[in-house]
Amino acid sequence: MTVSAVPSEASSASAAPRGGGVRRSLLRRVAPYLQAGPLALTLLVFLLIPILTIVAVSFWDYDSIRIYPDFVLTNYEELLTSPVTWKTYLNTVKFAALTWVITLLIGFTVAYFLAFHVQSTTWQMVLFLVCTIPFWTSNIIRMISWIPFLGRNGLLNSGLISAGLIDQPLEFLLFSDFAVVLAFVHLYALFMVVPIFNSMMRIDRALVEAARDGGASAAQVVWNVILPLAKPGIAIGSIFVVTLVMGDFITVRLMSGGQSASIGLMIANEISLLQYPAAAANAVVLLAVVLIMVVAMLRIVDIRKEL
Amino acid sequence: MTETRTGSPLSAGTTTGVSRRTLLKGTAAAAGVAIGSGAITGFPTIWAQNIKNVTLRQFGTGVSNLNAVADKVKEDLGFTLQMTALDSDAVAQRAVTQPKSYDIADIEYWICKKVFPAGVMQPMDVSKIKNFDKIVPIFVNGKLTPESAVAQGTAPHTVGFVEGKDSIKFAKSATQWMTLIPTIYNADTLGIRPDLVGRPISSWKDLLDPAFKGKASILNIPSIGIMDAAMVCEAMGEVKYGDKGNMTKEEIDKTLKIMTDAKKAGQFRAFWKTFDESVNLMSSGEVIIQSMWSPAVAAVRAKGIQCVYQPLKEGYRAWGGGLGIAKHLSGLELEAAYEYINWYLSGWVGAYLNRQGYYSAVLDTAKEHMSPDEWAFWMEGQPAKTDILSPEGKVMEKAGAVRDGGSFQDRMGRVACWNAVMDEDRYMVRKWNEFVAA
Repeated sequence: MTVSAVPSEASSASAAPRGGGVRRSLLRRVAPYLQAGPLALTLLVFLLIPILTIVAVSFWDYDSIRIYPDFVLTNYEELLTSPVTWKTYLNTVKFAALTWVITLLIGFTVAYFLAFHVQSTTWQMVLFLVCTIPFWTSNIIRMISWIPFLGRNGLLNSGLISAGLIDQPLEFLLFSDFAVVLAFVHLYALFMVVPIFNSMMRIDRALVEAARDGGASAAQVVWNVILPLAKPGIAIGSIFVVTLVMGDFITVRLMSGGQSASIGLMIANEISLLQYPAAAANAVVLLAVVLIMVVAMLRIVDIRKEL
Repeated sequence: MTETRTGSPLSAGTTTGVSRRTLLKGTAAAAGVAIGSGAITGFPTIWAQNIKNVTLRQFGTGVSNLNAVADKVKEDLGFTLQMTALDSDAVAQRAVTQPKSYDIADIEYWICKKVFPAGVMQPMDVSKIKNFDKIVPIFVNGKLTPESAVAQGTAPHTVGFVEGKDSIKFAKSATQWMTLIPTIYNADTLGIRPDLVGRPISSWKDLLDPAFKGKASILNIPSIGIMDAAMVCEAMGEVKYGDKGNMTKEEIDKTLKIMTDAKKAGQFRAFWKTFDESVNLMSSGEVIIQSMWSPAVAAVRAKGIQCVYQPLKEGYRAWGGGLGIAKHLSGLELEAAYEYINWYLSGWVGAYLNRQGYYSAVLDTAKEHMSPDEWAFWMEGQPAKTDILSPEGKVMEKAGAVRDGGSFQDRMGRVACWNAVMDEDRYMVRKWNEFVAA
């Protein structure tokens, strides 16, 4: 569409009629820009400008009612010198790390099973679709449904008590870090499964056979052949999981009973109290931290090369 | 040039003609408004035809932004009222940052202290409020009866009036310009599960009793939660406050130190932020004692689970809300807003709110819309002679039941403090967040 529309535009725009060769070379030079144009424009309007606004607001001053355009560093000072911030970042990173490790183990195992154990393509697709079933209901509903299950008088506790396994309900099941990580794993495991499965499907089966012929055990095949070749998928999945967990606020609030903090929650609190500049400063710091983490991951795995 | 010159006398003539006609029309309309405003309430006014096209957008907290009210407005007044219910924080946020997005703000008084000085609302002329004289005096001078003491915190009367028509400065005593028309208020205390606490509860300090370790909760809205915390610390005798509603930094530190220590010792099961969270915590038995709102207690009881809104010897923490008019409202819409506010105080809504366990601003008119038995139960603290029904017609209390805390006088007369915004608000919020993250 764009390409076909361009010649007529170009010809009408150019005052003096030129030879077809010149027009063609002009088109050739402009076409990539036109193709990249819509995305660039979208990113500019919906990503870059908002982020720049946030950065600008993070230097503004505020009181309990209004914000004042200004250039002050108090927002960053208050943020970075507060022990709460450090504790909260530590806590958020802890959630991210735990969730990452567990979803990676689950994601890798499930993807491996789908890609290498299930032989027929039909069954692979059927089982893959089964994995997506939980996503047919909303995020929040899947999360909230854990609450009556894990509660003090919930299904699990009453089941365990009536089975005679415990006398007292297990308190740590709900409103605890355990519950938060459990919900995260439940919500985000598929983000790990899909990219790993995808990259495993691209692995040439001949390589696995060659490794077996060369005398490698099953574990050695996984460790030395499949794992390195599945790296891009792992990296993409990790980026999904880590960024989602770092930015989350509702899971942490609901599953910890409001007793645990996360960066997202901190920002949400500040926004609800009209402390926009403080929230903006926090968001800028969070963005920087997440970007650093993503860059670090991309350092380990060069996705472009592997794809 | 020439064209314009020749044209001008002619066009001038036409303009005068038109303007004279517009002027005449305008005068008639103005006269209509003037006549109408004298007789706003209840009667079909001159603009009754076009008032049907008016839509007023109201937003506020879930407690009073009820669809039943919007339906009744359509029925009684003819215009459309759009309701949006949000939580307290979102209300404050929207009131200040998106003043064009609403016509009527149903906000709480402590939020009013933040919102009104932002200049997004217009004061109301009390001479246009028909039942102004009958409004419960708490909202005018802070005293329920002439003898009663003025409670601490952001008491409604301190932010109820401004100095003039365009002022954003709160007046020390009643003036002709009111910020909010009080609509709904109540006295809050702790909710308990009598079947699980196993002993009588009589003081705010019971919230931190180690006997209830891991089974207590407090609400995580800083401006309200800090007041509950202050009631607890004062009852424990650990902190003495000059004014709980306007603490010094030192008082804030002391209060939150006690709460943080309790949190670290595992006293709390969870913190709640929304109405339904508090209901779920209580009805599931995760929590057996917590700061709570009275309709939440009613909601737990409606599930057949015992729950008591326990009166405590230190008194109540009260809150109140009211209707304010957005700055941009004028003309027909403004008149409709006044008409709506007058209707609000004329009894139907009052009875509706009273039947939910809240209190209405004008008691006399609400009384006319309630049965004598309902009035005796809700307002006088007497045992119910017949089953008490909710506004939707569901049985709330069986005959013989008595309201927690007794009569209106007993409850509102024992308010120790109001939800507040402090001078050290920013510091308090920071410290509160530290407590939550601890």
